[in-house]
Amino acid sequence: MIASAASETLYVGTRKGLFVLEKRDGDWEIVRHEWRGEPVSMLMSDPRDGMLYAALTHGHFGAKLHRSPDGGENWEVCGLPTYPEESGIETQSEKPQGASLEEIWAMEPGAGNRIWAGTIPGGLFYSDDQGANWQLVESLWNHPLRAEWMGGGKDHPGLHSICIDPRDMNCITIAVSTGGVWQSTDGGDSWELIGDGLRAEYMPPDQAYALLPQDAHLLVHCPTSPDHMWIQHHNGIFRSENGGRNWTEITGVDPAVFGFAVAVHPQDPQTAWFVPATKDETRIPPDGAVVVTRTRDGGKSFDKLTHGLPQQHAYDIVYRHALAVNGTGVILAAGSTTGNLWISEDQGDSWKSISNHLPPVYCLKFQSHG
Amino acid sequence: MPRVCFTPNLQKLIEIHEYSVQGETVAAALDEVFARQPELRSYILDDQKRLRRHINIFLDGELARGTEPLKTPVGMDTEIYVMQALSGG
Repeated sequence: MIASAASETLYVGTRKGLFVLEKRDGDWEIVRHEWRGEPVSMLMSDPRDGMLYAALTHGHFGAKLHRSPDGGENWEVCGLPTYPEESGIETQSEKPQGASLEEIWAMEPGAGNRIWAGTIPGGLFYSDDQGANWQLVESLWNHPLRAEWMGGGKDHPGLHSICIDPRDMNCITIAVSTGGVWQSTDGGDSWELIGDGLRAEYMPPDQAYALLPQDAHLLVHCPTSPDHMWIQHHNGIFRSENGGRNWTEITGVDPAVFGFAVAVHPQDPQTAWFVPATKDETRIPPDGAVVVTRTRDGGKSFDKLTHGLPQQHAYDIVYRHALAVNGTGVILAAGSTTGNLWISEDQGDSWKSISNHLPPVYCLKFQSHG
Repeated sequence: MPRVCFTPNLQKLIEIHEYSVQGETVAAALDEVFARQPELRSYILDDQKRLRRHINIFLDGELARGTEPLKTPVGMDTEIYVMQALSGG
């Protein structure tokens, strides 16, 4: 029996607001609903000061960022990542008259007080003052190869994954849909396109292993073994043991290798979870059954976890930021496009349905207390 | 002086008022509003200071058409109504 953490809060960002869940008397309960009716595209609970950040994507009024010092009860307005006027390179989906923030799609704590944010259109920004002011990482924005990034599921390219190496926080690895995997070892001053071994089956055959068109749906690393990374890619699962430079494709995973989300155990880089779907053509769970796949041996074998998950006529997709693992690697949560929220307290062996009626779930974040 | 009003749908997101401002174009009138309430700017204009795609401007009840409604001249008594379009969102 694996002991659960003493106290956890789960933040759930959805198409219609932020839900805050806590475990009370043995059951997970929704204890707060904030930003009612507003799309919450990204969340970050900052372990350094407890600040909760919520990125909103208003349909008419643009993307906004707010922060809460008390877990969602009170909110303050943050500044916004803002693209330079009349700047930019003409890309396949963006004319040079200038970009405008559509969505904050990734947020991660960095060195010191720094917060990193990935955006659509594909930009990387940072703030050193709790989100009040943001600076664009111009070395990436002005990189000539950015012109070859393409939209992947969205109209514009999006930067959805940021991995900061805790041993050297100047080492930053990011992933773009679609624009490959990029790494900086100097805090963002310069960038290298990496990812040997990633394979894009949607490209012409002689371009399948080109670095730039790789569509990582999500890139994660094991925080205690940061050279160990996992990618849920558009057409497969990939693993790296050298900080993202080289990748091995994991094949033969039942029921599928397509999906959006991946979560890695925070202390065991061999253990990772995925939520498979039927690729491209339909994007629904294979055979209408929601399953979580788990490897404990670095991808050599997988468990197909179904207990507590719907196994008939289920059409749930778990988006890339909607599968989360807590800090001990014991509790998992998954939220779906059809408003299901499941939590497992035994590393995925069994799942409990917390709600079947939430709005479409965009992102999940655990926060540990004590 | 031109008057600037905003859709009440904004009220749930940010405090709004009705403003009497100077300005000979929609853009100039809005600039004065934003000078008084800077946070409002990003709700109406994008990063390139373009009118957001799903925001419409009505001048005395008439939709400001064309490609650049922000450049439309306004008179001393014009009511500028900033409205959320029913498209998008």
